[in-house]
Amino acid sequence: MATRQVSIASSVGLHARPASLFVQAATATGLPVTIAKEGGNPVDARSILMVMALGAKNGETVTLSADGEGADEALDSLVALLSRDLDAE
Amino acid sequence: MTGDVLHTTFHGIGVSAGTAVGPLVLVTPAPKAPTDEAPTTDAAAAADVVRGVLEDVAVGLEARAAKASEHARPILEAGAMMARDPGLALGIENQLKAGKGPTTAVTAAVEEICVMFEALGGYMAERVTDLRDVRDRAVARLLGKPEPGVPTLTEPSILAAQDLAPAETATLTSETCLGIITEAGGPTSHTAILASQLGIPAVVQAIGIMAVPFGTLVAIDGGVGEITVNPTAEESELLAERKKRRAAALAGGTGNGATKDGYPVALLANIGTAEDARKAAKQPVEGVGLFRTEFLFLDRDTMPTVAEQTATYTEVFEAFGTRRIVVRTLDAGADKPLKFADLGPEENPALGRRGIRLGMIRTDVLDTQLEALAAAYKATGADVRVMAPMIATQAEATWFAEKVRALGLPKVGVMIEVPAAAIRSRGILYHVDFASLGTNDLQQYTMAADRMQGELANLLNPWEPALLDVVALACEGGQAMGKPIGVCGEAAGDPGLALVLAGLGVSSLSMAPGKVPAVRTALGLHTQSQCQQMAAAARAATTAAEAKAAVLKMADPVLADLV
Repeated sequence: MATRQVSIASSVGLHARPASLFVQAATATGLPVTIAKEGGNPVDARSILMVMALGAKNGETVTLSADGEGADEALDSLVALLSRDLDAE
Repeated sequence: MTGDVLHTTFHGIGVSAGTAVGPLVLVTPAPKAPTDEAPTTDAAAAADVVRGVLEDVAVGLEARAAKASEHARPILEAGAMMARDPGLALGIENQLKAGKGPTTAVTAAVEEICVMFEALGGYMAERVTDLRDVRDRAVARLLGKPEPGVPTLTEPSILAAQDLAPAETATLTSETCLGIITEAGGPTSHTAILASQLGIPAVVQAIGIMAVPFGTLVAIDGGVGEITVNPTAEESELLAERKKRRAAALAGGTGNGATKDGYPVALLANIGTAEDARKAAKQPVEGVGLFRTEFLFLDRDTMPTVAEQTATYTEVFEAFGTRRIVVRTLDAGADKPLKFADLGPEENPALGRRGIRLGMIRTDVLDTQLEALAAAYKATGADVRVMAPMIATQAEATWFAEKVRALGLPKVGVMIEVPAAAIRSRGILYHVDFASLGTNDLQQYTMAADRMQGELANLLNPWEPALLDVVALACEGGQAMGKPIGVCGEAAGDPGLALVLAGLGVSSLSMAPGKVPAVRTALGLHTQSQCQQMAAAARAATTAAEAKAAVLKMADPVLADLV
């Protein structure tokens, strides 16, 4: 199981457009990626509903996890995505 | 309801003129999960069924998205994405494993997510409506019923509903939808405005229409507000004749608006988007009397940039060449809150910090918009006239006028929709170049009656003599100051009221472009002095109905076919 921690860089937090971009990227990895807030249960990162319901705000740390071939590379790319201010782009 | 069961007549409020005969299609309410639903024994098989149904829902929403307007498409596409969401699917599977029946499982899983969304508030809480719409569609399909909402019309039909939401009317066209009837809603409701834009006859407040069976032949007269169920051959014939006379009366003329003796009354279009502008510019209208700029701002998390706004305004201005374009600056607040400029909940939003009041607090939003309007004006050299919504005092008018003039914009005006501004229009017009009467809000504030409440429709009839008195006061101020006053509310598009307004001294009428031909014809049949006499008669009446009857009695008989 590969895991990564990353702080949400988007100024509006992980909802609306940033959430949608993240979910698309997580789905594109083809792996069952999950995302969790500190102390929270992991949810399916390919689900826009679950990701938005997480309500991760700007500056909050989330944990990404995935199993399978290429999991490390996939998580690295997702970490890079969340480290950008997606809403400003 | 009068008459026997087979042949019945309903009366409502006519909100979009025109007549039609066709089969009735009912917009069905959403079915609920049955309380006695059998529990699930084979969770895996049930999950397959539900997944298939959700996929059908997604495909259906995508098909509607493909045909929907620019504005409605993202809402429908987001719905399709929700229907296919793996998180929702997992939630439903868990409910099925716990033994819940399929529709109960879907309902419970959706509610779980709704609770989380509502707890987050704001933007997220609003997505709950979209999610519940997906639930309603899935539950209906699981029960073997048609999806709730507007069905796909396979033949030209007349639509009847309790009320219609904007998303439901997004895919309607005048080819398949011959008429619209609702039990709720008022003359300024969304349904009324949409129907008149599309030129579809419509009647609101037709209580009892939902009890008429699916497929029954009905005749609708959207002018007088009458619906005949199972019309006789003779009745259909009369309606068809009326339709013919109306078409003949509308056939003549595409010129500028004027009374029979040449008193000019400019006929202008109300628009909201660049797409509206392109369509309206092809019509014989003398320009735009109300460009509502809200559409650029609604559903946005951040304020559109100067560059983005400039591009849109330039597109709109270019479409109209040398014709005038009256732009209303952002009218947010009340029923149109903005995500990036939300001042928090208010007890009475319609009486709260909306229009210019919001603009004076969030000057950054107004300044950005004015900067973009000035840039688009410089780029096109168009006849641009900028006005502010919800002006109540001279101080507000001066504050706004200084800002607009400092940017080099050629003309500045105000909306008169607060009675205070109408009563003291002389002082306000001293500071600006023109005013436009927003009769919908002016009436809501004059009558202290919420225009979103269909039940108050009797207080919101635009023929109300009290409203006409307030309009007359505003016009007196305009004449005293030698400044033009126009009208851009729904009243401007009523051919009878247009005569009254012309008689009161209004110099332009702005409306849905589809209403222009009837108003042009009505004006051309009467002299200015006749219009003045009709205005006096309407103001002398004691009720809205009497005012309308008095005008119709004095008017050319052709007017009866136009309304």
